[in-house]
Amino acid sequence: MSLETPLHKAQGLGSAHSGVGHFWTQRITAVALIPLAIWFGISALGLVGAREASVLIFLSNPLNAVLMAAFILIALYHMALGLQEIILDYIPHPGFKFFLMLVNYGFALAIAGACVFSLLRIAVAT
Amino acid sequence: MAEEPHKPGARPLSPFLTIYRWPITMATSITHRMTGVALAGGMIVITWWLWAAANGPQPYNAFVDLITTPLGQIVVFGFVWSLAYHTVNGMRHLAWDVGYGFEITTANLTGILVFAVSLLLAAAGFAMAWFGLGGYYQ
Repeated sequence: MSLETPLHKAQGLGSAHSGVGHFWTQRITAVALIPLAIWFGISALGLVGAREASVLIFLSNPLNAVLMAAFILIALYHMALGLQEIILDYIPHPGFKFFLMLVNYGFALAIAGACVFSLLRIAVAT
Repeated sequence: MAEEPHKPGARPLSPFLTIYRWPITMATSITHRMTGVALAGGMIVITWWLWAAANGPQPYNAFVDLITTPLGQIVVFGFVWSLAYHTVNGMRHLAWDVGYGFEITTANLTGILVFAVSLLLAAAGFAMAWFGLGGYYQ
């Protein structure tokens, strides 16, 4: 006999109330990041030694701008999920754990904002 | 630690990290986490790069001057290798997630391969940059 209610079973979210969301999102972002990381590596190598003007020409290309934004935003999402896992694994103190979680997601949002703002500024100015 | 005499009624302890002889799979797992944390730091470098590019030649040149110092190059190499390692070992993890590569011999082999391939990728990228084969988007 199971004490699980039919509703709880149908929702499939388990005792942590978030189901496999964290695990699944981490894998989806990981798969997306494989081609994006390869593209980023090729692009970065192509911009070695470039002057600022050449970098602006590269990043003002809509395809490059969108790919760069996608790489950074998906990487940040993947990063926040991964750092969350590390924090939950190693930090036993509830208050400090909560504080680091705020720092983790705050960091991701700040970096995302700064990168998107920079890309938009380059797109508008060039 | 295991050698210490147990107090009466003390519960048995499982051995901690320092007790084990490190298998390659343990090394790859811990390196995956460490490179993940390093890449979080790398995001600051990427942000700095984009921010500098968006703010004109002077901030951009200051950024380039900084990352071309010996210390800057070490940091950039660390970032490039971390990205290569985390990507290649990430593929190994995704293969495990769909059920492939769990044999001990296979896991040990792919573990060594991940270290070798990621170092090779990072070294090849740096060699290309140094021998003038980079910069093809200028």
